[in-house]
Amino acid sequence: MKTQLLKYGVMATFLTALLAGCSSTDTTDTSSAGGAASVPGNQVSTGTAGSGGISGSSLDSDSSVARVFYFEFDKAILNSEARAALRIHAQTLRANPVNIRLEGHADERGTREYNMALGERRGNSARDFLVQEGVNGALIEVISYGEESPASVDSNEESWALNRRVELK
Amino acid sequence: MRKLGATLSLYLFTLVFPLSGIAELTIEITHGVDNPSRIAIPPITQAGQALPEDISKIVSADLERSGLFMPLPRRDMLSFPSTAKEVYYRDWRILGAEYLVVGKAVNQSGRYQISFSLMEVHGERKLFTKVVEGPATQLRDLAHYISDQVYQAVTGIPGAFSTRVAYVTAVPVNGKMTFQLMVADVDGARERLLLDSKQPIMSPAWSPDATELVYVSFETGRPAIFRQKLATAAREQLTNFRGLNGAPSWSPNGKTLALVLSKDGNPEIYTYELSTRKFTRRTTHFAIDTEPNWTPDGKSLIFTSDRGGTPQIYKLAIATGRVERLTFRGSYNARPRLASDGRTLVMVHRDNGSFHIASQDLVTGDLRVLTQTYLDESPTVAPNGAMLLYATKQGNKGVLAAVSLDAGVKFLLPARRGDVREPAWSPK
Repeated sequence: MKTQLLKYGVMATFLTALLAGCSSTDTTDTSSAGGAASVPGNQVSTGTAGSGGISGSSLDSDSSVARVFYFEFDKAILNSEARAALRIHAQTLRANPVNIRLEGHADERGTREYNMALGERRGNSARDFLVQEGVNGALIEVISYGEESPASVDSNEESWALNRRVELK
Repeated sequence: MRKLGATLSLYLFTLVFPLSGIAELTIEITHGVDNPSRIAIPPITQAGQALPEDISKIVSADLERSGLFMPLPRRDMLSFPSTAKEVYYRDWRILGAEYLVVGKAVNQSGRYQISFSLMEVHGERKLFTKVVEGPATQLRDLAHYISDQVYQAVTGIPGAFSTRVAYVTAVPVNGKMTFQLMVADVDGARERLLLDSKQPIMSPAWSPDATELVYVSFETGRPAIFRQKLATAAREQLTNFRGLNGAPSWSPNGKTLALVLSKDGNPEIYTYELSTRKFTRRTTHFAIDTEPNWTPDGKSLIFTSDRGGTPQIYKLAIATGRVERLTFRGSYNARPRLASDGRTLVMVHRDNGSFHIASQDLVTGDLRVLTQTYLDESPTVAPNGAMLLYATKQGNKGVLAAVSLDAGVKFLLPARRGDVREPAWSPK
């Protein structure tokens, strides 16, 4: 066993200019056009190549009802608390239809793209439940963040439990 | 002196923007082979005058990092020969050196020409003399070229010291994550920033000519696949579908991407012809199908699917659509990559509840767990098949690490701040 430390110092300056960006228009399927909830604006420093122009309003319901729903490891099944809260959201949405986003998340264990799929599966569970409760599915967009946007950054069971979630926005 | 025709005209890889310096990479070799070859590389100078980069130091570090060589400290050397003629083998034999690399530089109208020789000390024979030349701005490239030549002459395997690695960093800035897509030399030097975003960046993958990357960026509020030229930073958004737009992988001929879309309800693997912009769906299954990667012949895709109940690796023959399961040991095998021999599969493997990198010989079926670090993921194999880089955790911090395919050599590349993740080793 040997330990060797080789240091590579590197110099730095930040990205300063806007890059040339161009976007492809042939890649949007027809189903992805309307019905989207509000999305964060373009937030990269190298300039836009994005779709942009998407807007909508957030669900404005009783703040006392849970908007984050938690899941077991590698599972996408809604627990009873989640179903109870989603039932109330469904009521509100039936009375006052607005576009919503269901953001699905996974904990850090397992591979990143597989966790993207798992996050989407969780988001779809919540969406399917809302649709079953009479909400117009066209109002709902499911976005998975996989393990990329954790609620808690520690590597332990408590943290992972907080990260396996769907957020209603 | 005999010059072999190994003059290399190194093309300049101009990245428009220099780096942010956030991930200052260091390298800690944690495990090497038992008997590394002892090699001496006295200073390579221009008639005794130091060059702007210390070539022999870069070569020593390259060879040491391979785990197969132990460079002798410069201070122990009894002489600093610069040509084969100046070598007194006795000076090196008494130091226990098995190999010796000598070289000298000449500057011809702004370009450096370095002639270098590899000697086998015990047999007192010269193995080769070669010449490499390039501008002062590319002295590091010249050094890595020398490392490649020495490594190949001694081990019989082409070196991979002239390659680069792309990776993603995530650094909290005022409580908000900042994501950066970076490219650096495989020794961590010359780090460059390619993209800076407040939204996640994922899954960087190289074009086969190593001039472009594809990756996933959430900058539009959804995951979308982008391609970006390294030389000009020109970028283009390739997908904007509802649902997953992920896991891009460039075909060996450069014409097609494999990727994942869930626009039809669940994650499926598609191919995308870059010239015609045509998508073709390649899998049809209600399970998760993701993480496609091409076989070296470009005829098949290997991918992760939980169609059997747990994530396992499958192979899809593109012409026939036939799917074959490749992994059977363990309840979690995912994110496959193939070494360039097409025979060695590497993947993330769950072993007694923890995630490690494993390799599987596709001919014999032998599976071997290569790593013992924590939450290991994203393996990427060097183009010469000798080593792989992967991402792991130290404490709560994401770092890069490397392991040789025979598990004999291991090292960590800890970053100063933030997480470093998703390494992608350049194909050349």
